[in-house]
Amino acid sequence: MENLKAKAYALRENTLDIIMAGGGGHIGGDMSVMETLVALYYKEMNISPENQDDPNRDYFILSKGHSVEAYYAVLCDRGFLDYEDVKNRFSKFGSPYIGHPNNKLPGMEMNSGSLGHGLPVAVGLALGNRMSGRNNRTYVVMGDGELAEGSVWEGFMSGHMYKLDNLCAIIDRNHLQISGNTEDVMAHEVLRDRVAAFGWHVISVKDGNDLDQMIAAFEEAKRAKGQPTCIIADTVKGKGSPVMENKASWHHHVPTQEEYEQIMKDLKAREEELSK
Amino acid sequence: MNKIANRKVICDVLMEHAKTDKDIVVLCSDSRGSASLTPFFDTYPEQSVEVGIAEQDLVGIAAGLAKSGKKPYAASPASFLSTRSYEQAKVDCAYSDQNVKLIGISGGISYGALGMSHHSAQDIAAMSAIPNMRVYLPSDRFQTRKLFEALLQDEKCAYIRVGRNPVEDVYTEESCPFEMNKATLVREGSDVTIVACGEMVKPAKDAAELLAKEGISAEVLDMYCVKPLDKEAIIRSASKTKAVVTAEEHAPFGGLGSMVAQVVAENCPKKVLEVALPDAPVITGTSTEVFNYYGMNAEGIAKKAKEALGI
Repeated sequence: MENLKAKAYALRENTLDIIMAGGGGHIGGDMSVMETLVALYYKEMNISPENQDDPNRDYFILSKGHSVEAYYAVLCDRGFLDYEDVKNRFSKFGSPYIGHPNNKLPGMEMNSGSLGHGLPVAVGLALGNRMSGRNNRTYVVMGDGELAEGSVWEGFMSGHMYKLDNLCAIIDRNHLQISGNTEDVMAHEVLRDRVAAFGWHVISVKDGNDLDQMIAAFEEAKRAKGQPTCIIADTVKGKGSPVMENKASWHHHVPTQEEYEQIMKDLKAREEELSK
Repeated sequence: MNKIANRKVICDVLMEHAKTDKDIVVLCSDSRGSASLTPFFDTYPEQSVEVGIAEQDLVGIAAGLAKSGKKPYAASPASFLSTRSYEQAKVDCAYSDQNVKLIGISGGISYGALGMSHHSAQDIAAMSAIPNMRVYLPSDRFQTRKLFEALLQDEKCAYIRVGRNPVEDVYTEESCPFEMNKATLVREGSDVTIVACGEMVKPAKDAAELLAKEGISAEVLDMYCVKPLDKEAIIRSASKTKAVVTAEEHAPFGGLGSMVAQVVAENCPKKVLEVALPDAPVITGTSTEVFNYYGMNAEGIAKKAKEALGI
């Protein structure tokens, strides 16, 4: 099997270059969610450029749509989009590569960007697919700051009501949002209990930036029957370089040239280390 | 007097089609009774989705169902559907281009004395402002049927507002001219143009008869398709008459009146007056009492037409 752990770092490098080329982006959340995306797009999901219109494909919704640069990097590497084209045109005048998912592009199912939308939409997808007798799965990735949106909890209620065991929600629990620590902004210290109380099977992943742990969680989610699964992945915002790790100010900071060089050096060193 | 509400007709049409089209799904937010959709839920439970009192979930789920290939019809009181779930309508339905039909029931001031929380006097403005969202307000039960037969054939999202109570017929079983996205010419005339939508079409038609008795010839357009607005029909009519009056069960801003005035000002400038709800919480009462109070009836529309003509 391809070395996916090293791949996650190579894709972080591409993410960084997309951000630098476009002069904007949400770098912190891009870096924290990368292993989740790699686990899904390289291991767990039945999705490829060849079957992207097949109704039996697995469906993915990036509810934390601001992490779109990481998503671009993954979709480019998987052959849905052209990396050079994305890099050249991201955020540029008239570009289809906007700062949030755009479902007029190959590989992107729904437009998102306003938080709290993805879970209800994923509930509808999972329900519709089950009504149509399909055996596919639906995945939705949310941020932890996003959980303050009431619509998320409406989605938790309906996912449980309809016993959607073909639905898996992932919370990228990086503990930071734009204003600071999530626990200072709107606390969810008992997050696991809260989601479990809504009737979901909850899997806590100690290190959501460890690909093996994420893959194990996704495999467990597939075995959970009669209820939907929520994976709470503890991650590090800005994962990959001490320049940006665990710093709220890096929510959407665009690196200076000096910062860029240091981050790229750190990412490459980590990629190399993992390639051995 | 007709006893069949437009919402009942919607249920009938959906049930007729759901028999053979298993992709039709009806969603309610504890609103199946108000929407007259209980028979659908009872007959096609496997094509029905209840989400509880949660409009954001309602519309988000509907969009997900559409993405999976279903044809969702989400029904909820227009007041809540057009505001609480406005963002889901914008992002999940219109922006994401999903085939979701949003049915705003008990629209306008149907709920009468229940107050402003239950009135939807802003839904035309709100929904029309969303790119890629269509807005329809059918006038009677015959047109409601024709409209839903047409909507069942397309794959774009739309917002449809109907009232709670049965309304008097504008058309007949035998004669209900209908072309999708084209205004219906209810009556030809040469002095004044009256453009109305939804429940105001019947009073507009009656107003034309009152005006005829006074020797004033009024043309009446049923603009059930508020968006896409049938601009050609407005220009055609307003170009030959001396003034225009609009009638709608909506706030005075951003609704049919504003849209018609925009078209007339740009293409064939002349006076445009509107009959609408006030920019205020409406007076307490049944919808008929409220309509009469604000002149939203045949007499009021006729009076406004004469005012527009300077009579």
